[in-house]
Amino acid sequence: MQALYAQLLVGLINGSFYALLSLGLAVIFGMLNIINFAHGAVYMMGAFCAYFLLHLMGIGYWPALIIAPIVVGIFGMILERTMLQWLAGLDHLYGLLLTFGLALIIQGVFQNYFGSSGLPYAIPDELKGGMNLGFMFLPIYRGWVVIFSLVVCIATWYLIEKTRLGANLRAATENPKLVRAFGETVTLLKCVARGWNGLFSRRIASGPDTARKAPEAPAALDWLSFRICDCRW
Amino acid sequence: MKNKIISSLLLGTALTLASASFALAQDKNVKIGALSDQSGLYADLGGPGSTLAAQMAAEDSGLTAKGWKIEIISGDHQNKPDIGTTLARQWFDVDKVDTIVDVPNSGVALAVNTVIKEKNGVYINSGAATSDLTNAQCSPNTVHWTYDTYMLAHTTGQALVKAGGDTWFFLTADYAFGAALERDTTSVITANGGKIVGGVKHPLNTSDFSSFLLQAQSSKAKIIGLANAGGDTTNSIKQAAEFGIVKGGQKLAALLLFLTDVKAIGLETAQGLNFTETFYWDMNDQTRAFSKKFAARMKNGAPPTMVQAGVYSGLMHYFKALEALGGNPHDGIKVVEKMKSMPTDDPLFGKGEIQPNGRTIHSAYLFEVKKPSESKGPWDFYKLVGTVPGDQAFTPLADSKCALLKK
Repeated sequence: MQALYAQLLVGLINGSFYALLSLGLAVIFGMLNIINFAHGAVYMMGAFCAYFLLHLMGIGYWPALIIAPIVVGIFGMILERTMLQWLAGLDHLYGLLLTFGLALIIQGVFQNYFGSSGLPYAIPDELKGGMNLGFMFLPIYRGWVVIFSLVVCIATWYLIEKTRLGANLRAATENPKLVRAFGETVTLLKCVARGWNGLFSRRIASGPDTARKAPEAPAALDWLSFRICDCRW
Repeated sequence: MKNKIISSLLLGTALTLASASFALAQDKNVKIGALSDQSGLYADLGGPGSTLAAQMAAEDSGLTAKGWKIEIISGDHQNKPDIGTTLARQWFDVDKVDTIVDVPNSGVALAVNTVIKEKNGVYINSGAATSDLTNAQCSPNTVHWTYDTYMLAHTTGQALVKAGGDTWFFLTADYAFGAALERDTTSVITANGGKIVGGVKHPLNTSDFSSFLLQAQSSKAKIIGLANAGGDTTNSIKQAAEFGIVKGGQKLAALLLFLTDVKAIGLETAQGLNFTETFYWDMNDQTRAFSKKFAARMKNGAPPTMVQAGVYSGLMHYFKALEALGGNPHDGIKVVEKMKSMPTDDPLFGKGEIQPNGRTIHSAYLFEVKKPSESKGPWDFYKLVGTVPGDQAFTPLADSKCALLKK
């Protein structure tokens, strides 16, 4: 029985990791219609960003939780402006091929300079240790991941399904021409969207471009999930 | 007219004979294939670093100045025996490779072993661990240079049992290597009065060990033996720290640990681990000099692991044998016999010998991972705890089941 409880909890923890991992992928596919094969690679860049912040600048876990998504988000914007935007409206396959190629390049460059082994990133002091639940030892960090994963998933659902921002976002996916007709609303939404850390900003803020793909959303989401997971490996 | 024909026939025969004997005695072309995991969980301990080590051996051998032409190619076996054997066959049949070096991953190494025997090539294995390469599955074409599971079991394993770790739980990579390491360590544990209380097998290249570690934790064994390597070992150790396994009083036995693994784990978590290697970059002036040259040519500035150092030393010995033969006979058995007949002596592994079963004998060193406060540089990780002479570290010939010994 003890083993069963322990394995159930391990399953829950791993489920949370996977939920965070796949959230960005699901949102990008659902909202932006892009099969983002570079998801994992961009996710890794988020991890490297946090690693560099710590090892080159001495910036720890908590500030990195804010800074790294912005940095990777900017990278996503550059990708969108320079490459992905030209594929808007084409078959899914083109986006797939492009992002797959990007993934191979990013992965190759990082592997060339940093090797294939993981790089150490210590768990912050606040999240170290664990508690004995009787049937198993639960590392606090993993408990934090479960909570964070729940919060991020619910917040994303709420944002997309229940807010005006989300409604506009969905509308823009369904019928970009009609949304463009409400130009003013789109401009107003700019600030709100930017407040959400560029998560969906490109898509809303650039009214006339709404039909174009916005990989910075994936990047930011990737990053959030990544930041949580990276201490693990 | 008749004379003319005869003389030209004679001349033709003489030319053919001359070129044939020229080929036998004077062929100075060597082609070497470095077969490794180039991008997976063993890529940092072998991979591109092993190819570099092979190139450095070719440069340092001084053979090029004596008219030899040495070519080195590399390949990625992706940790899959079928890909490894296909590549090896292609190298022998199409690319006319003479020698294959490195080949980490025991599963691939054993599969490639049979191909090389069939093609009569030379096999200098550095990366694989299984002691079967020079025991049950030994071959007259094979030299197993760096280390093996028997050595790991009789050094790290034995030291831990003697220090009181008499109950063991194994976390084993589920393929030839894990099985061999668990088998060899188990025999040492039971011979020393210890007991195996359980074990669990995990697939190669696992990222999440929490379920396995919980089983190990609840087994209450004093020692959790990690019969895995590379990325699997670093993941197990990092996650074991997270689950408070060491703080809970259990000890981790990193039966096989490489320099790059310690780097990946970080000294904070890795400190105090006991393990065995046959090479460390910071042993003496010669190893330091080589490692400095090596690191300068590595993209990430890493000094050589014992596997990469083994590729270098193994090839240096191979080149010495070729030079002694006066040319490349393109006959694997002949070259390996020559290698076995010469004592080994190189700057990285010191003096040693190759036994008739293909096992290279040299000293093994027991190390302990330094505390972060003791480390003076980015790769200053090991503290030397003890030295085991080669004849005690490796399989005694009397215990070897190798068919080559029954001649």
